[in-house]
Amino acid sequence: MTTQLTGHCPECDAELTFNDVIEGEIVVCSDCGVDLEVISLEPFELALAPMEEEDWGE
Amino acid sequence: MKIGLLLSRVRVEEKWLLASLEKRGVNFERIDDGDIHLELADPGSWSQYDVVLERSLSFARGLYITSLLNAWGIPTVNMAYVAQVCGDKLATSAALARAGIPQPRIKVAFTAEAALQAIEELGYPVVLKPVVGSWGRLLSKINDRDAAEAILEHKETLGSYQHSVFYIQEYIEKPGRDIRAMVVGDETICAIYRTSPHWITNTARGGQGEICPVTPELNELCVAAAKAVGGGVLAVDVLEDPQRGYLVNEVNHTMEFHTLAPTTGVDIAGIIVDYAIAVARGDIKTAVPSQSLPFPMMSVPQAVSVSVHPFRFPAGMA
Repeated sequence: MTTQLTGHCPECDAELTFNDVIEGEIVVCSDCGVDLEVISLEPFELALAPMEEEDWGE
Repeated sequence: MKIGLLLSRVRVEEKWLLASLEKRGVNFERIDDGDIHLELADPGSWSQYDVVLERSLSFARGLYITSLLNAWGIPTVNMAYVAQVCGDKLATSAALARAGIPQPRIKVAFTAEAALQAIEELGYPVVLKPVVGSWGRLLSKINDRDAAEAILEHKETLGSYQHSVFYIQEYIEKPGRDIRAMVVGDETICAIYRTSPHWITNTARGGQGEICPVTPELNELCVAAAKAVGGGVLAVDVLEDPQRGYLVNEVNHTMEFHTLAPTTGVDIAGIIVDYAIAVARGDIKTAVPSQSLPFPMMSVPQAVSVSVHPFRFPAGMA
């Protein structure tokens, strides 16, 4: 079963719909391309993903 | 048995790992590395974990948390000493050199003047890399002396102290691609070519993946490279030199596999979870390598028991 959630991009205010996202997931705004983090599912909340830091990587 | 999944953000890799843990019906908990604090003298609720799978985005967070867990006797995938070696390019090169693994020529210098001398001795072009860093950031391919002087001055003036550790690597004329191979335990489970018209082939920088056959030679080299840094779940980056053949470029301890898994069709997340379960059950013993680590400052407490047990996948799994 697919769970659909709809919210607004905090950067460009586009209406975005995502399937089966989980808390903490990084998603991309399909309109402006900014990286967003799923802050909570209920209520569905998106925030700008934190900027990459120097020691981040694989 | 309980598994901890330590993470900073849920990328597609973490999503696949969470799904694999759920699919196997394992008792697990998600641990956000930004929320926690640890009491050194008291493991407290951390003792509930039989293994912690480390997926921190931040090298420092992952390294320090696993160091503490290992000191308390809690095994991690990967172990802290592996992170210590893989997170530092010079430590990785030293470990590979000690194990006799072929790699590009590397020089290190600590002042811009000495670095320039080292570059001139190596011959242009060279690649200058920060010792700590990832995703192909701040790599410089230096083609001539003018560029060398400019970049060295910039690094020395603008960078943090770590940028004054000049890690200089000969430039390998690779055939427009490199190899990313995934090693779990004693086996190279899959590999891809990362192809890019740019000399930086990281998929984080736009490199494209296609299947690379895991030949016995490639398997042997990658497993040896993984063992050289302490073993576990590792992604080995290999360059193909027209004359010398395979050269190991680096080894990653908290790898991404969003290109590797769909390209090869291998269930990498599932295999990593099975490996973590095997460590949790004690079927795989994680051990500090018997030889001392490449740098004396890297000695870690030998908290987790000895003897390495080869990890084998059940038939048909990989």
